[in-house]
Amino acid sequence: MLLRHGAFSYLPDLTDEEIGAQVKYVLDKGWPVSIEYTDDPHPRNVYWEMWGLPMFDLDEPDGVLSEINECRNTFPNHYVRVLAYDASLGRQTTGLSFLVQRPEKELGFRLDRTEAQGRVQRYALHPYSTEPPPGERYKRSDNGST
Amino acid sequence: MSKTDSKKDSKDESTNGKEPARWDPGVHSYASMGYYNADYVPKDTDILAVFRVTPQPGVDPIEASAAVAGESSTATWTVVWTDRLTAHEHYQAKCYRVDEVPGRENEYFAYVAYDIDLFEEGSIANLTSSIIGNVFGFKPLSALRLEDMRIPVAYVKTFQGPAHGIVMEREILNKYGRPLLGATVKPKLGLSARNYGRVVYEACRGGLDFTKDDENINSQPFMRWRDRYLYAMEGVNKAVADTGEIKGHYLNVTAATVEQMYERAEFAKELGSVIIMIDLTIGYSAMQSMANWARANSVLLHLHRAGHGTYTRQKTHGVSFRVIAKWCRLIGVDHIHAGTVVGKLEGDPATTRGFYDTLRENYIPTNPGNGIYFDQDWASMPGCMPVASGGIHAGQMHQLLDHLGEDVILQFGGGTIGHPLGIGAGAEANRVALEAMVKARNEGRDFVKEGPDILRKAAKGCHPLEVALDTWGDITFDYTSTDAPDVVPTPNA
Repeated sequence: MLLRHGAFSYLPDLTDEEIGAQVKYVLDKGWPVSIEYTDDPHPRNVYWEMWGLPMFDLDEPDGVLSEINECRNTFPNHYVRVLAYDASLGRQTTGLSFLVQRPEKELGFRLDRTEAQGRVQRYALHPYSTEPPPGERYKRSDNGST
Repeated sequence: MSKTDSKKDSKDESTNGKEPARWDPGVHSYASMGYYNADYVPKDTDILAVFRVTPQPGVDPIEASAAVAGESSTATWTVVWTDRLTAHEHYQAKCYRVDEVPGRENEYFAYVAYDIDLFEEGSIANLTSSIIGNVFGFKPLSALRLEDMRIPVAYVKTFQGPAHGIVMEREILNKYGRPLLGATVKPKLGLSARNYGRVVYEACRGGLDFTKDDENINSQPFMRWRDRYLYAMEGVNKAVADTGEIKGHYLNVTAATVEQMYERAEFAKELGSVIIMIDLTIGYSAMQSMANWARANSVLLHLHRAGHGTYTRQKTHGVSFRVIAKWCRLIGVDHIHAGTVVGKLEGDPATTRGFYDTLRENYIPTNPGNGIYFDQDWASMPGCMPVASGGIHAGQMHQLLDHLGEDVILQFGGGTIGHPLGIGAGAEANRVALEAMVKARNEGRDFVKEGPDILRKAAKGCHPLEVALDTWGDITFDYTSTDAPDVVPTPNA
């Protein structure tokens, strides 16, 4: 399963050079950039963990890329995303968001159903990854974990 | 006769001749009764309208324009003494400017100012009963069209506005930085609920954000509304589980009565749908009721502009869509169909740009080339998401992104469901084409010029896109538009 999240989730994973180009685009617009990570990919999980504060007043993407790499190295089994924030009047919301890391094996979701009256189904989305506690959810095959 | 004469004499005495004959019983010219005033300076709180007036042969254009002001405000066909019981000059609309339409014979742009007191707060039904009421059937005119309106901030603020708006919609869906994708389930009519839900599932699973009921899918013998809602939401929820992203199906709640629409909307909410849908045919008051419901219940509201072509398309008659767009933003829908430029339905690029600006921007300056006749300040009222639908396909992605920008929903109905490899493949092709184009734009590439190359390169990693380009790559709908702004000569697309 490939998590579809962010603006480019149907394209091949972005290279660092491609990430740099997108970061450059948002910096040129004057948008601060932040990095967030999670091991709970539920689409209603809005608040991923913040990797530090948003980076304001940058001109070049190098600083962002080094932070992305530090976040990846610290959380190699998490989803990591880049967010650019548009603070202009009338927007005051995220301007661009895209994934920069996926866990090696993505576990996906189970759709739970509860039967209700009149053929109504109550649906609940259950990320398989959230069965273990946070921090122990995704394992990499190359470090001997199961 | 003698009675008339005596009244005239007495009036002349009482007004010292300042308003000679104004109150004489009988039929007077509208201009002479004050409905034309070239010196009038519109107030910031006035509602302004510009009409395209085509007078009957022999009718003076100023008089025809004054008649429009009169018949859309206080006047009737003859002088009535009861006007004198009111501050009539305050209530009468004033035509303050009449321009010839460049390049068109016997057509005039008439600018009319209405005092805000003429209108009930927050009521499009009331506004339209005046502005497009009896006046459109007025005999001295051979044709009339309402081209644009300036809604003053004081009146804007009496409306709810979009139930959620563009920014909140993106936050509800958790999707940023790219246009959204949708598709209307086809065929429009005849599918059973079970088969219908299959189309919803495949299209959403394949990569679309939304699927949509068509405007005439309500509750017919082949598929009743409740069955459709149940199967469509099964498809939506399965697709959410397959992809991990929020999806929605516009459940059309259009029905014969507002009570039935509430019933359907409540059921859509109970099933967890993020969005419902209405048609323009339900009428302005019903639309406002559903917009209030949508705000109160945290459900997005999609509007299909069914029927608008009957009065928006012809240059000399009816109401321009830019006016309908303004009314719909005030009414409070979150989505509204607003043209594609490149698809199968009417839409010249400049005119369509004017519609999109009207729906999305906070302040729209006068821009006659785009058909915008007045400055419009929305005073922070959220924007409506325009929807581009009708005869568009993945091979046009660079043109769509260029013409329509980022805050738009691109709906590929035939371009998804007609894909030779299936609905899921059609959806994936559209999504890959979209993301590749946004990525290239952000990288600073000349994506309009390089568009076909960008798509072909993306198709190397996505077989469904390759098939889509091979199937539809050359399809265009290249006809001259009937509705183009005339203030500034513009070449048709």
